[in-house]
Amino acid sequence: MVRVDGTGDGRGLIRVRGLDKKYHRGSEEIDVLQGLNLDVEQGEFVAFMGPSGSGKTTLLNLLGGLDVPSDGTITVAGDEITHMSRRELSAWRARHVGFVFQMYNLIPVLTAYQNVEMPLLLTHLSGKERRKHVEVALELVGLADRLHHLPRQLSGGQEQRVAIARAIVSDPSFLLCDEPTGDLDRRSADEIMDLIHRLVREFGKTVLLVTHDPQVARRADALLHLEKGVLVEAAGRSGAA
Amino acid sequence: MKFRKLIFANLFRKKTRTALTVGSFAVALFLFGLLAVVRGAFSQVLGIPGADRLVVTNRVSPIPIQPLPYAYRDRILNINGVKEATSILASPAYYQEDRVYFAQVAIDVENHRSLYPEFIVPEEQWQAFLADRQGCIVGEALARRFGWKVGDRVPVKGGLTRFRPLEYNIRGIYRGDRPEHDTSLFWYQRKLLEEMVPGFKGSAGWFIVRVKDPDRAAEVAKAIDQEFANSPRETRTDTENEFGASMAKQMGNIEFLMLSVGGVVFLTLLLVTGNTMAIAVRERVGELAILKAMGFSDRLVLLLVLTESVAIAALGGALGLVLAKLYTLRGDPTGGILRAFYLPNAAIVAGFALALLVGLLAGLLPALSAMRLRVVQAMRRV
Repeated sequence: MVRVDGTGDGRGLIRVRGLDKKYHRGSEEIDVLQGLNLDVEQGEFVAFMGPSGSGKTTLLNLLGGLDVPSDGTITVAGDEITHMSRRELSAWRARHVGFVFQMYNLIPVLTAYQNVEMPLLLTHLSGKERRKHVEVALELVGLADRLHHLPRQLSGGQEQRVAIARAIVSDPSFLLCDEPTGDLDRRSADEIMDLIHRLVREFGKTVLLVTHDPQVARRADALLHLEKGVLVEAAGRSGAA
Repeated sequence: MKFRKLIFANLFRKKTRTALTVGSFAVALFLFGLLAVVRGAFSQVLGIPGADRLVVTNRVSPIPIQPLPYAYRDRILNINGVKEATSILASPAYYQEDRVYFAQVAIDVENHRSLYPEFIVPEEQWQAFLADRQGCIVGEALARRFGWKVGDRVPVKGGLTRFRPLEYNIRGIYRGDRPEHDTSLFWYQRKLLEEMVPGFKGSAGWFIVRVKDPDRAAEVAKAIDQEFANSPRETRTDTENEFGASMAKQMGNIEFLMLSVGGVVFLTLLLVTGNTMAIAVRERVGELAILKAMGFSDRLVLLLVLTESVAIAALGGALGLVLAKLYTLRGDPTGGILRAFYLPNAAIVAGFALALLVGLLAGLLPALSAMRLRVVQAMRRV
C-alpha cells in the first residue's frame, strides 16, 4: 500500500525518505521537492498529479536515477541509488527501470523491432533470445504485425505502444510514465491506459505515472498530489494510506 | 557487433551529408595515394636496387639532356674496379596522339639485361627482339596501359624521331621481380636510333656502370669523373640512389610539398568531419538522452559516436585508396618522369591508418559532448 508519511516498513519496492531537490537560478534557490517520503509496493499503480512546475517530472527523474537529489535517500529493491556513480546508475537503470515519455521518443531511423531491441543490447542475451523477447513485447502491445515499420509509419498511439514495449522488454522492476497519454486523442489515450492497466493486473508490474488528466489518474490504484514540493494523498482514494 | 544496426542507421539517416563527408575522405586519400606514388617514384624507384651500380651523366646537366660521347663507354670499362657498363638514351614518345606519352629507351642489347637483372624477359622473346631491328620490348605496366601484347605492331612517334613516326613490333614484355620496379618503359635497340637519327650516332644519354666491389663504389665514381675531367664533356658519377635523389631535388622538395599539401588537406578534412559529427550529435541530443535513460553508459555513447566518425573515415579512406590504386595500375601518366608509378602497400596501410586517425580526432569532441550529456537537461531541450 502506498504511503507518503514515511511510516512504511521498508519492505516495499520503492522507499523514499526526506527527499529534497533544489535548483539554482542565478542567486535564487528554488525548492522543488521538500522532505518527500514515499513507499510503493511491488505491483502497485500510482499516479501523480499536480500543477505545472510542482515537481512531478523531477520526482520521476529522481526515482529513475536520471537526476540526483539535494538530500534524502531513494531505495529500490534494496539498492540505495542516491549514492551511486553515473556509471552505476546507468547499469541500474538498464536492470530496473522502464521509461515511457509523452513524446514517445523512439529513434526515428530504427524500426519498431529495432527500437524495442535497444535495451536488450545492454544484456548478454543472444540475437535469437533478443528476437524472442522483442516479439513477445510487441505482441503484448498488439503490434506483432508492425515489426518492421518505422516510427513515421505508425500512428501516435502505435508509437506509444512501441515505447511501452521498449520499456517492458527487459522486464524492469518498475515503469515510470511521464504523461504517456499527453499527446494522444481520447481513444488512443484509453487504449494506452488499458495496456498499462493490463501490465499491472496481469503481469504484476509496478507503475508510477505522472499525468494532468483526471481520467487517466482515476485508473491508478493510488493518486498522489504534489503541492509545494510535498506529496499529499488525494481525498477519497482508497489506495493511499 | 550488437550495435551495428544503430550505427548504420545513424550513418545513413542523412544520406547526402554522409556521402559528402565520405567523398571528402575519398578525395583526400586519393590525393594522399598519388602523393605517395610521386614521392616513391622520386625517392625510391629512381634509385632502384644495386648498390653496385653507378650512373654516369653529363656534369652540366645531371638530367640527361646533354648526351655524352658513346666512346666514353670503352674508357669507363678500362677504369680499375669497373665490371661492366651499358648506355641508355631515354626520350619521351607518343602513341596515337601527342598527349599519350611514355618513356622510350634506346638500350645496348649486348649487356642491358646483365646490368638490370631485376627486369625479367622470357628468353625466346629476347631472342626475337634481337633478331628484329624494329622490334621492341615493353614493360608489363605499359602493355597493360595500352592493351598491347606480343606480336602487335604499334606506331610510335619518338621524342628523338618525332618527325618520323615508326612502327615497332612488340617482341616481348618484361616484368620486374618486385612490384615497385618500373615496368612502364619501352625498350628498343640503340642501333635503330642511330639509323633513324644520325645526329645521335655516337651519343649516349648516360651510362650505367657495375662495379666489382660495392664497397669501393665511391672510389670508382671518383676515378670515372677524374678520367673525363677537363674534357669538353665532363661527367658526374653517382650511385643510382644519389642519381635518383639529385633528379628529385631538381624537381623541388617533394617531401616538403607532400607534407604541406597533405597537411592542409587533412586539416581541412578534420574540420569538415568534425563539423559533420558535431551537427549529427546536436541533432540527436534527444535520442542520445533516451539511450542514456535506457541504461546506455556515458562511455558506450562516446564509443557509438566515435565509431560513426571512424566508420565514415574508413569508408571514405578505403574508397580513395582503392581509386588511387586503380589509377596507378594504368601506369605512369607523365611519359617517364615518374617511371615507377606504383602505390606500395605500406602507403595504403599508412593512408588508411591516417584516415582512421582523422576520423577519431574529428569525432572526439562531439563524442565527448555526447558523453557528458545530462539526460534531464537534454530532455528539457527536446
